[in-house]
Amino acid sequence: MLIRKAPDLTYADVTPKSVYLDRRKFLRAMGIVGATAVTAKGLFDLALPPQVAFAATKFTSLVNSPFSTSEKQNSYDDVTHYNNFYEFGTDKGDPAKNAKNFNTSNWIVSVEGEVAKPRKFTMDEILKLAPLEERIYRHRCVEAWSIVVPWIGFSFNSLIRLVEPTPKAQFVAFQSYYDPRQMPLGRWAGIEFPYVEGLRLDEAMNPLTLLCVGMYGESLPNQDGAPVRMVIPWKYGFKSIKSLVKIKFQQKMPPTTWNLSVPNWYGFYSNVNPNVNHPRWSQAKERRLGEIFKRPTLMFNGYDDQVASMYNGMDLKKNY
Amino acid sequence: MRALLTSKWTKAAVFLLCLVPLDALIWRALHNGLGANPVEFIQLTTGRWTLRFLIITLCITPFRKLLNLPDLIRFRRMFGLFAFFYVCLHFLTYLGPDQSFDLAAMWKDVAKRPFITVGFLGFLLLVPLAMTSTAGWIRRLGGKRWQMLHRAIYFAAVAGVIHYYWKVKSDVRMPLFYGALVAVLLLWRLWGWLSRRRSVVAAKLSSEGARAGAAR
Ligand code: HEM
Repeated sequence: MLIRKAPDLTYADVTPKSVYLDRRKFLRAMGIVGATAVTAKGLFDLALPPQVAFAATKFTSLVNSPFSTSEKQNSYDDVTHYNNFYEFGTDKGDPAKNAKNFNTSNWIVSVEGEVAKPRKFTMDEILKLAPLEERIYRHRCVEAWSIVVPWIGFSFNSLIRLVEPTPKAQFVAFQSYYDPRQMPLGRWAGIEFPYVEGLRLDEAMNPLTLLCVGMYGESLPNQDGAPVRMVIPWKYGFKSIKSLVKIKFQQKMPPTTWNLSVPNWYGFYSNVNPNVNHPRWSQAKERRLGEIFKRPTLMFNGYDDQVASMYNGMDLKKNY
Repeated sequence: MRALLTSKWTKAAVFLLCLVPLDALIWRALHNGLGANPVEFIQLTTGRWTLRFLIITLCITPFRKLLNLPDLIRFRRMFGLFAFFYVCLHFLTYLGPDQSFDLAAMWKDVAKRPFITVGFLGFLLLVPLAMTSTAGWIRRLGGKRWQMLHRAIYFAAVAGVIHYYWKVKSDVRMPLFYGALVAVLLLWRLWGWLSRRRSVVAAKLSSEGARAGAAR
């Protein structure tokens, strides 16, 4: 196993030089090299946003994870051209086209609610929060297809420990970024935005729950939820919220987008469960992308050893 | 226009045109162009073309009357049979890759998932229509009965739209668009039927009135 000390990454390290240089040239041309960072940021937002989308940048020295599967990974091409990211359109090919210029620079993730230390994280800070691991997970969509993806990130509980939830915190609510200007197709998606999701605190603490910043050795492509998302491998894909901007610890069970849209089809838990059917898709089987025939779906997507105990005594047919 | 519509070359050209969606699928299959989920791509494409051909078929009668082009009738059977051809391919993607040719599993699935139930109903309705599409069958059934039977296409088209509407998760724009087309085509027929009925009733009433007048 390859375990190296994680270097002190900053977002400068992972921003491609060409993008930097272009910005510098731009600034110099505008004659505001000496301006404060705040002014510069404002100008970027005004003048540049669509052009400065982050190009993929490589992460080096990743820690291998014991949670990784040895199954065959799907191709990068599959995972970047077959996406459900309704803010950018509802066809599987839409996000790859429409998220191209999504501006994720100066990203902030705000952590609030029932925590002793609420705070806002920059991407720099998130990347330094814990050693980055590669985790090869199965990913099962509620639409009965699945993929195997080498994600990059660390257990979400590293962040939880840092902000110290109060005893009142029983759930975690997540919120995606939404900007109708950058996501004009969002209004046709038929669901409410910003996209919201949630977990019970013990689910969020489970080591499998991944705060994800990359895949295939690189930063996340826009259509896969750049720059930071959740990955919860034993739940249907829509629980793994993309382009995360807000995390709130709270006492009440938070609302979740698909549950708000069609309550009797999408429950809060939405654990992968071949025995509980969905009116639209039989959940007994799934098609691994790249294969023709369907394969049986596994309880908790095959992660029962790590997660089944959290649901002891719960009726999973009722709590779907 | 008449010469064009009745030429056998036009018919051959339209036939080839109707095969373009299939050709496109084959071309894509040979050029790695079916995307990350080829089965789904074929399934959705053939489903859409089934619905489109049903709608084209339903357009023939109104277009014949409104545009005064009775010769359009020459194409109706072909379009209807292409709808059936594409629904067969569509159904095969379901029976094969989705259900692994397991008929027992298929029946359970058809019974359980409403959107499949409705699609299957549409398919069943089209089977007798395809079977009785020949001149021989028109003769055997008699024009009136044949026409009655072939009105089943109205229900197949409606079933197709409901199937599509129930299939999409949240963005219902496309199913509503196709639904609107089907609605216009069926309402046009309903309107024609109602006004014919009204004139028949009016004629009956006036003839009764005349008789009553004569008896007095
Ligand atoms: C009148 C007959 C039918 C018509 C007009 C029709 C039409 C359609 C259309 C328009 C779609 C959606 C395409 C899209 O989203 O772009 C679709 C999807 C589908 N249809 Fe049909 N269909 C018919 C019969 C059937 C039958 C008989 C079956 C199987 C028993 C079937 C199974 C499916 C399945 C599995 C999907 C894809 C669902 C998914 O990927 O989520 N359909 N069909």
